[in-house]
Amino acid sequence: MIRLTNVVKTFDAGSTFAVDNVSLEVSQGETMVLLGTSGCGKTTTLKMVNRLIPMTSGTIEVGGRNVLEQPPEELRRSIGYVFQGIGLFPHMTINENVSIVLRLLGYSLTDRKKRAGELLELVSLEPALFSDKYPEELSGGQQQRVGVARALAAEPEYLLMDEPFGALDALTRDALQQQFLKLKKEFSKTIIFITHDIIEALILADRIAVMHKGRIEQIGTKNEILQKPATEFVRNLFAKPAEQLKDFWPDLKE
Amino acid sequence: MIDFVIQKGPELLIKFREHLLLTGISTSFAIVAGVPLGILIARHKITRGGVLGVAGIIQTIPSLAMLAFLLPVLGIGIKPAIVALSLYALLPIIRNTYTGLTNISGEIIEAATGLGFTKKQQLWLVELPLALPIIFAGIRTAAVIGVGIATLSSFIGAGGLGDFINRGLAMNNTNLILLGAGAAAVMALAIDFFLGRIERLIWKRK
Repeated sequence: MIRLTNVVKTFDAGSTFAVDNVSLEVSQGETMVLLGTSGCGKTTTLKMVNRLIPMTSGTIEVGGRNVLEQPPEELRRSIGYVFQGIGLFPHMTINENVSIVLRLLGYSLTDRKKRAGELLELVSLEPALFSDKYPEELSGGQQQRVGVARALAAEPEYLLMDEPFGALDALTRDALQQQFLKLKKEFSKTIIFITHDIIEALILADRIAVMHKGRIEQIGTKNEILQKPATEFVRNLFAKPAEQLKDFWPDLKE
Repeated sequence: MIDFVIQKGPELLIKFREHLLLTGISTSFAIVAGVPLGILIARHKITRGGVLGVAGIIQTIPSLAMLAFLLPVLGIGIKPAIVALSLYALLPIIRNTYTGLTNISGEIIEAATGLGFTKKQQLWLVELPLALPIIFAGIRTAAVIGVGIATLSSFIGAGGLGDFINRGLAMNNTNLILLGAGAAAVMALAIDFFLGRIERLIWKRK
């Protein structure tokens, strides 16, 4: 379980609120999608969970433990982290990249190799083909698969995903989303997933938290949000794609 | 001229070896001091101005003057020469270490931090390996400059190829001067070529 209570992040000595009193709870095995436009504070919120950004006030607990009460490195190793930039290490092979957290944790080379193979298979990359390649030899979609495998290496219960599929083309993104759903079913991790893509949110989420200007507008399941939008902003946000589609697809008009 | 070189052959070998040693030892000292200093100023921005400033000032002191300064403190011989040469080699090594470490993309650093690397692990497993080609280019520059400056250490009795040049100047013997200068030039080119090869290997491995 990940629980945020009255979390605040201000910049400029308190004059700008990037995150304004956010509270939310992600239950065990649940995927919570933080949905919002650019600059709404969703990434800041996520990075406060693994302490990449220090919070101004509030409490964040992961698995019942206050994140501030453990060494940041230990905390981060217990939480998988995937982001749009991917950030594979260019001087390491795919195998080394995938198993790097195991190396930090002191696993032996043979264990690491074995586990790396399993992980690559998990994200549908043929180990024999990819193990010894370097990141630059892979396509964007393949690199992000490696990024996901790397985050899963130490079998973390929690995953933070910051627009991981944002920079990929539509077909690759779809493939990775399907893979995500498959993995989710298999492992039941507790996940916070950030996106600005409404469709992606609807496909992947158990619950969606809509953020706007640093505040949470509404938290709920797809049906709750689609049928009973709590604010004007939420209503507009979800009405937009349907409206836009109608222009191209006259049959959709009632 | 060829006869002259052959005639001076045995002495040339000895001086060549001395010269190589002077350059090699002083460059090694500069690596040992310069790389950590480069890491320090990349980590703590406050120290940057001071360290680069001092190293820069050292670089502007004329080599002969530097040797003259060190004479009363360290006497004559190899010791002051190695100290002076090490000081000159510092700047390129510090600067390139700093540049190499600070040019690593933010995404890679974010990934390392987000995955739970400690600062130390980040340095050894990610930052230094990625900065290595640039650090090595700095070492190469330092070594080549060192070969040139080392010819002057003969003035304070440290030996090396400068001995030929010195003696040639004193005896008005052009052949001797050319022998020392030519051999030093060959050494500089050889070191540059050899280290360049290694540098390319490092890039390729990356």
